[in-house]
Amino acid sequence: MAVGHRALEIAGLPGPGRLARVREWWEQEHVFGYGLILPALVLLVCLVAYPFGMAIYFSLSDYWVGSPGGFVGLQNYRAILGNETFRQTVQNSFVFTAIALTLKAVLGVWLALLLVRRVRFKRLIRGAVLLPWVIPTALSTLGWWWMFDSLYSVVNWTAIHLGILSAPGPNWLGQSAYAMAAVITVNVWRGLPFFAITTLAGLVSIPREFDEAAEVDGAGPWARFRYVTLPLLKPVLAVVILFSTIFTFSDFNIVYVLTRGGPVNTTHLFATLAYQTGLQGGNLGQGAAISLCLFPLLATAVFFQLRYVRKD
Amino acid sequence: MESARSRGAKIRAAAFTYANLVPFLVFALFPFYFMLITSFKSNAELYNLQSVPFLIQTGAITDHYAYLFQRTEFLTWMKNSLVISVVATAASLVISILAGYSLARLRYRGAASFGTAVFVTYLVPPTLLFLPLSQVVVWLGISDTVWALIVTYPTFLVPFCTWLLMGYFRTVPREVEECALVDGASRMQTLTRIVLPMAVPGIVCAALFSFTLCWNEFIYALTFVSQSAHKTAVVGVTADLIRGDIYYWGSLMAGAVLASVPIVCVYVFFLDYYVAGLTAGAVKG
Repeated sequence: MAVGHRALEIAGLPGPGRLARVREWWEQEHVFGYGLILPALVLLVCLVAYPFGMAIYFSLSDYWVGSPGGFVGLQNYRAILGNETFRQTVQNSFVFTAIALTLKAVLGVWLALLLVRRVRFKRLIRGAVLLPWVIPTALSTLGWWWMFDSLYSVVNWTAIHLGILSAPGPNWLGQSAYAMAAVITVNVWRGLPFFAITTLAGLVSIPREFDEAAEVDGAGPWARFRYVTLPLLKPVLAVVILFSTIFTFSDFNIVYVLTRGGPVNTTHLFATLAYQTGLQGGNLGQGAAISLCLFPLLATAVFFQLRYVRKD
Repeated sequence: MESARSRGAKIRAAAFTYANLVPFLVFALFPFYFMLITSFKSNAELYNLQSVPFLIQTGAITDHYAYLFQRTEFLTWMKNSLVISVVATAASLVISILAGYSLARLRYRGAASFGTAVFVTYLVPPTLLFLPLSQVVVWLGISDTVWALIVTYPTFLVPFCTWLLMGYFRTVPREVEECALVDGASRMQTLTRIVLPMAVPGIVCAALFSFTLCWNEFIYALTFVSQSAHKTAVVGVTADLIRGDIYYWGSLMAGAVLASVPIVCVYVFFLDYYVAGLTAGAVKG
């Protein structure tokens, strides 16, 4: 192996066969490395990078389903900015993301703090808590749809019988503020396990001595959480919040199943509006322009992730 | 005296924990309970405003399930979901094992940039790409077939699995690999016979997550397939069971319950892997 085939040839000895030469070439670390990464690279270039480029091209053209159009510059962006529905969607997206994310972060940290305590049936409880995250979202949202039904809502039935609401109770999916509350509730329900379990992993990795030392020094539970636990959780929380921001902002399933963006577009998010405009309406150019509005947020998140979080 | 006081404090602490956990558990589990009992209720009871919604009072019936099997293409949807999830998972795992090993272990120019590229694509949400991808599957001639999904699902599975597996490959001691190479094993043999057996937990974890992500995927399955016979279970139930008439809640809930069963089964057996994958995916990132 140490003697190259060229040297063997010069020495007049029969060189190794072609197969052996190919093998020797393939065994080089960099060749093998490129070889193994190639399938993944081809896939990502053809089905992620190329479609992404297409999305940009679509957004700059008057492309309709079935009729490739021409380049129109920023006309689609100008059109959507002048569109009342789009402006409503921008507002919805920020309201939806801000409220859902805050609830998920607060409740998630609280749940993680409870789960880290010594309790019986630990595995069972964790399993139950994680369940909403595992079940297909579109299907569990169907269950919520039934729970928010205009006539047979179990939420209203319970609230009325507990005396919290007066009959007949709100039409959850038919009134804009209630519909937004419903969509946020389902998103929090679905995303809470992710927050809680990842925060729990962060909590478990904090040595108990820190907490005990603070307790000996006379710090109360809130002070221990605020000045000991929370600062140590910061790196984990930063990653989780970043991930959750992207996936909450780009949510599609919950809104599509629960409200289809209604009533009167008050729960539309970028993804559902892009679906409605680009596929149901056939205006691929404008649809692509709407879904590309997710890109600045994504780029910011990636920047922070690469710049600060992955530094270590 | 001292021990009695600390025992009382312990009991109070435990009571506090459980009392606070109960609302979370009710919130997490109630929708599933409600879907389950709805699927067994008779229509007369479902649409009676006087009945208590939390219980089945007039006897459980299986009519809604029978309807699914006799009057809809539910079994075809389940078969489609299974085929798509298994094939897409297997293909993605092979691609990701190769890529993950390459990025975690081999030194060559550009490896770090490839790693970053994989990570960035991992963050791209499917909702950003579904419009152009719907045109790509038309051009590939696989629009409206299960292949449209088998080909496109790896776009989000491969970045995730590669990322997850890189972490596991890094835990395999380098010395073990070097020994195998010195003993005359080829690089591919070292990967398949030495490294892979040591990374089995990671591979199981990646397989479980991929299967779950495929089975639960919604927007691509909704967009790329329109013929009922080629739909996945999730889209079939969500889109095709809702008829123009009103009384469909029983069969809708029955479909939602049954289409979740495979995921619940996998989940119950491999809970710890889910927890491991979830934390690795986010925290190690």
